[in-house]
Amino acid sequence: MLRPRIIPSLLIQDNGLVKTVNFKNPKYVGDPINAVRIFNEKEVDELAIFDIDATAKGLEPNYSLIERIANQSRMPLCYGGGVKTVEQAQKIFGLGIEKIALSSAVLHNPELITQIANRVGAQSVIVVLDVKKKLFGGYEVYTHNGKKSTGINPFDFAEKAQRLGAGEIIINSIDQDGVMKGFDMNLIDKVRDKISLPLTVLGGAGELQHIQQVIHKHGVIGVAAGSLFVFKGVYKAVLINYPEKGEKEKLYKIHH
Amino acid sequence: MITIIDYGVGNINAFVNVYKRVDVPVKIAKTAADLEGAEKLILPGVGHFDHAMNQLNNSGMREKLDDLVLNQKIPVIGICVGMQMMANNSDEGEVEGLKWIDATVKKFDETKIHQVTRLPHMGWNDVKPVKDISLFQGLEKEAIFYFLHTYYFHCNQAQDILAVSEYGGEFASAAHHDNIFGIQFHPEKSHHYGEILLHNFAKL
Repeated sequence: MLRPRIIPSLLIQDNGLVKTVNFKNPKYVGDPINAVRIFNEKEVDELAIFDIDATAKGLEPNYSLIERIANQSRMPLCYGGGVKTVEQAQKIFGLGIEKIALSSAVLHNPELITQIANRVGAQSVIVVLDVKKKLFGGYEVYTHNGKKSTGINPFDFAEKAQRLGAGEIIINSIDQDGVMKGFDMNLIDKVRDKISLPLTVLGGAGELQHIQQVIHKHGVIGVAAGSLFVFKGVYKAVLINYPEKGEKEKLYKIHH
Repeated sequence: MITIIDYGVGNINAFVNVYKRVDVPVKIAKTAADLEGAEKLILPGVGHFDHAMNQLNNSGMREKLDDLVLNQKIPVIGICVGMQMMANNSDEGEVEGLKWIDATVKKFDETKIHQVTRLPHMGWNDVKPVKDISLFQGLEKEAIFYFLHTYYFHCNQAQDILAVSEYGGEFASAAHHDNIFGIQFHPEKSHHYGEILLHNFAKL
């Protein structure tokens, strides 16, 4: 039986790990290599790493850091941040990353999805959509850490990305980011309706129960969380954590 | 000693790191000369079938590899697209495969996958060995492995199937013919289960 995936999502800024709230106020939470080592020990399903400086500051991906992370990792890795060309994607792939997450570059040039998929295989091309609720209803895709609106409808774009050969969609709720009050279930339902690709949802998990709600409703799905896996307690002390095998099985057995 | 074939495709370091942890010496081969005297081979592979085949065909190692595997019967294991390359051909592309195992690489039939998420087959799934082979020693029961693929290895000879997994029907997640092994999942990214499997290969 194929299992749902429970995925810690880590943000990188200036070579360090940070965690944001609503994509703002990054708080330093530790060293990325150390975090990868701990997640190895905890045998996580997958790890997602997003460099939040790269696109915002117009930087190249930090290849040396990506390589060090990949070398440490005994689990599948997804990297996102600043990837704009087929050559960059291929280089990162060669460093030992299984999946490459694309966002602003493909929003401007959707054909890039097909170009990269043709080179590295569709299963490795992930489209990340950072989504915010609109004032008068509906949702919109943002880039540059939630600062730039695009006017793009996330559901239409998810469908288009599937058509162009993406291998997975990650939908990230800016409104729920770091709030730890649960996922935007309505948002998830609406994307799920549009695509048959693997879908991973991010933004809002504050307890394992929230993850369970998503799995209960959607079965085989990727459920990612940042704060939940790096903080502990009401004062948000930094403590890397992840459900043990038994706990995890309880979370996904429920949908049978 | 394990020799990892580095033809510019796939994550060589991930394998090096696994073998470092289990204390097995590793060598990376980039040329035919590097392959001289190899005892066991790993053929990694990711991405598009044709791209991987072209890279290997242009690496200068192809002839030597055919000799080591087919004449000298050196144990070899192909991983993910590395497994698929061992087949005759693939529906994903037009370039001929290595033809080391009588198999065809096919795309999963989406109409048989009865869930919202269909392709790629992505995530952790069960792998059930159907032959008693020491590659899966210690993994006979509840081992799960990480998969990431859209095409699968269809063995034309049923006796070449080494392990099966379930995704819209049963498929060969591992194959075995003589000294040749192929596995569809990623042991280098499958935590301790993968480490056991790669260690078993070293002990064959």
